[in-house]
Amino acid sequence: MTQRIVIVGAGTGGSVLANRLADRLAPDIDAGDVEVTLVNESEMHVYKPIWLYVAFGKRDPEDGVRPVVDLVDPRVSLRFSRVEAIDAEEKRLALNGGDTLAYDYLVLATGARIVPDEVPGLQEAGHDFYSEEGAIALRDALADFTEGHLVLSVVGTPHMCPAAPLEFVFMADDWLRERGIRDQVDITYTYPIQRVHGKPTIAEWAAPRMDARDIRAETFFNVETVDAEAGVLKSLEGEELAYDLLVTIPPHDGVPMIREAGLGDDGWVAVDRTTLEATHADDVFALGDAADVPAPKAGSAAHYQASVVADRLTSLVHGQVPTATYDGKVVCFLEAGMDEATFVSFDYTHEPQLRPESRPVHWAKLAYNESYWLTARGLL
Amino acid sequence: MSTLTPDVTVDSRGAGCPGPLMDLIGKVKKADPGTVIELQTSDTGSKDDVPEWLDKAGHELLEIVEHDDYWSIYVRTTG
Repeated sequence: MTQRIVIVGAGTGGSVLANRLADRLAPDIDAGDVEVTLVNESEMHVYKPIWLYVAFGKRDPEDGVRPVVDLVDPRVSLRFSRVEAIDAEEKRLALNGGDTLAYDYLVLATGARIVPDEVPGLQEAGHDFYSEEGAIALRDALADFTEGHLVLSVVGTPHMCPAAPLEFVFMADDWLRERGIRDQVDITYTYPIQRVHGKPTIAEWAAPRMDARDIRAETFFNVETVDAEAGVLKSLEGEELAYDLLVTIPPHDGVPMIREAGLGDDGWVAVDRTTLEATHADDVFALGDAADVPAPKAGSAAHYQASVVADRLTSLVHGQVPTATYDGKVVCFLEAGMDEATFVSFDYTHEPQLRPESRPVHWAKLAYNESYWLTARGLL
Repeated sequence: MSTLTPDVTVDSRGAGCPGPLMDLIGKVKKADPGTVIELQTSDTGSKDDVPEWLDKAGHELLEIVEHDDYWSIYVRTTG
């Protein structure tokens, strides 16, 4: 009997996993003993980190888009279809158009989506760099913005790339200085908890740099509503903040079918944080943004998780006991301006240690952006 | 054990900071005034973070109960 592995989602996690499995299981796939299918609604793979640079006119959105077929090993069967429902009891997926797809092992790499509608007024008032359209609109708005109050508000956590809000304000500060208009613009950064980042060591690195650059921080600020007409944010804590240009990190959610399938109440798949196996179903894994683990929703985490799931699935289809585990490893670059960056690495048990920012690290980040396609192909 | 009966229980055991606080904030956003919420957390930082936020946001801290490997923080939302 052919063992069928189905991966849903061809983002970083799904693509890396498909390529790792094609590599590890090549003889089994060639012999017809194993079948790996990657299902994705779109035929395109998107590298979302480009959008931060699009907002400042440094990159074009198309720099972050490649056909999935160009990135995935030909041993992997591709199916471009929307998955409508998961039946984890019967081990099958319902696809749009009425087709079903049966599996022996399922991996959910369905990512995160932004849901600005959850906050009244946010959709009308706020710009974002968490979507292609948002990044393009923000690029145009920033180009026109020459004076006033720029507010970056982290409305919801968890969100994709936890470093990005800090990167945005540091880059905006630098970018406005380069344009000679920084003294005409006030910058405020808001964050839901009592410091400027969820990770204490990152907050300790960022806070004095924000002070030094005259970037004001409002903490314990949870946006409840936005009055687009008046240009005012209202917080759950009873405060108001007026803005001229609002950039937000909108609330995030998983895909509704995860909740509907009983795999996770909060929209994220409940998994064991080390094995990445679903808590509420057999032979189901989740990785990347879709997985409810105490690691950032970032491509780096998805990348390392994909290697672990590939190893565990390889063991399972070979009838061996899987031993590979995910320790929470993440490695992230963090832009500190337009030409300096630092980087962090951490895991479930080790806090990030930040190095002083430097130009070489910034160039390393840009180089990684260029070479990302090697990651998606499972080579890097 | 507490004598309080929560309307809503938020199980954030196993999550590190700021997970439990953000889980609580998410529930408070959707709760009616007067709702009693029990936040279960195994993160020691929550014992300081949560009361600090409640104070700032104007909600009432009812009780913190220590169990073997987690704490229950009882909160009443205000209007």
